[in-house]
Amino acid sequence: MIPALEIENLSKTYGSGFNALKGISLSVAQGDFFALLGPNGAGKSTTIGIICSLVAKSSGSVRVHGVDIDVDFALAKKYIGIVPQEFNFNVFEKARDILLTQAGYYGIPRALAEERADYYLKKLGLWEKRDVVSRMLSGGMKRRLMIARALIHEPKLLILDEPTAGVDIEMRRAMWEFLQEINSGGTTIILTTHYLEEAEALCRNIAIINHGEIVENTSMKTLLRRLQREVFIFDCGHELPENVVVEGFLVRRVDAHTLEVEVQKGQQLNEVFQALSASGIGVQSMRNRANRLEEMFVNLVEGNAA
Amino acid sequence: MNWTEQYIAFVTILRKEVRRYTRIWTQTLLPSAITMSLYFVIFGTLVGSRIGEMGGFTYMQFVVPGLIMMAIVTNSYSNVVSSFFGSKFNNSIEELLVSPTPNYIILWGYILGGVTRGLMVAVIVTIVALFFTELSIYSFPVVVAIVTMTSILFALAGFINAVFANSFDDISIVPTFVLTPLIYLGGVFYSLDLLPDFWRGVSQLNPLVYVVNAFRYGVLGVSDVSIEFAFGMIGVFTVIAYAYCMHLLNSGTRLRQ
Repeated sequence: MIPALEIENLSKTYGSGFNALKGISLSVAQGDFFALLGPNGAGKSTTIGIICSLVAKSSGSVRVHGVDIDVDFALAKKYIGIVPQEFNFNVFEKARDILLTQAGYYGIPRALAEERADYYLKKLGLWEKRDVVSRMLSGGMKRRLMIARALIHEPKLLILDEPTAGVDIEMRRAMWEFLQEINSGGTTIILTTHYLEEAEALCRNIAIINHGEIVENTSMKTLLRRLQREVFIFDCGHELPENVVVEGFLVRRVDAHTLEVEVQKGQQLNEVFQALSASGIGVQSMRNRANRLEEMFVNLVEGNAA
Repeated sequence: MNWTEQYIAFVTILRKEVRRYTRIWTQTLLPSAITMSLYFVIFGTLVGSRIGEMGGFTYMQFVVPGLIMMAIVTNSYSNVVSSFFGSKFNNSIEELLVSPTPNYIILWGYILGGVTRGLMVAVIVTIVALFFTELSIYSFPVVVAIVTMTSILFALAGFINAVFANSFDDISIVPTFVLTPLIYLGGVFYSLDLLPDFWRGVSQLNPLVYVVNAFRYGVLGVSDVSIEFAFGMIGVFTVIAYAYCMHLLNSGTRLRQ
């Protein structure tokens, strides 16, 4: 099957001489939910900018669903929906008008555009605000408006650059569900985010970019499997002593009733429970500290991949 | 995009432009009506009555075509420069740039936006003028052709200004320091025959002289310059400006990184 996105030896040197991309290559399969991560200034936004034509590449090739952007960029653009990091709509326009205008830019007839605009406004919880001037919307609503706008022409490849920045937890979860629904409908999604638990929860494959180079490109499972350790948090039903010691494990007392236990690769959770029992510590509930990807990410971008 | 899709994209841009300037009509349509009314009262009625005839017409009749053309020039220019620069400023131009809309459709969408505003203001100013004097059209085809060509030319000029502008100050520099002096020295208020030979020669270098005189010919049937030459000059300027605008869009100058 033709990949949704194929990037080969993509380079970008800005006029200032800054080498933002140093010949990166990447392939995203159709239907994938793909994370493109990296620290600020790593080259994520430059890559996305080139794919959607806001940045001119220096060299290399980009193909969207097999269409080379150097051969037929107009067709490639039809396949792409983009949700940028910064708000980039006319703040004096009403929410519904923004969607209808964007649909028009893709040549969608008015009646169909209105039907789709209303559908996405309802789907993204913006229906009540459809006739509100967009500058009056909250930050989260503006983000959702940009997602609706990116979907109005029903793209095959949806690129989201920090889509949940500034969105409250409840709405973020609702957006996750919505994005998963779109993805399960066949739309390929590329996501950049600073919320690594978001990437871990949503994405099946991942690329990490740093200093303009891809430092990792694999499946999420493979990446997380390479973690050498994992930290679990135990809620204990009783007060813990000041100096907790659990034989064979590194532990940290978070507060009077909470304990963090570091489990090395190869150790089993059964052994943890046995050791906790032997130390007289009961367990009411447990969870893993939701930053496994974060640890891996820090290792990779610091060049200390485990 | 096929032709139907391109047409939809064009209509969308044009609709957006018209919606923009009609929404803020007190800033876009009303000022010209008020300014021109003052010109008619002061130059046409108060001062004009002491000047007497010019070019075989009352002074009021003589200045009306120039003032209408002045409104068309400034409004066509300022609509495109402020709208396109505004889109650049708030980054909403990216909505268009990431879409498959061809560059020539983008350009014509903005240009026609400026043209429609220029024409709308021209109609308003003409209606205002009718309160002060009688007007008849000498050559309707000349009037239509010159109004259309002029508004397209100055809308293109506004587009170029918008592409290179970095701030809102930059979009007022050209209208204030270039356009307005050229209009005032373009024979709106006087016949070039009144000037000494040297200054009459210098005036020939002012493109607004051709615009104003060609329009005056269409309305009154008199002109200080050859109509054929005037149309030729405006046509050449328009083609050059259009080609340059397309070059700016195709190369992504100041629009893409």
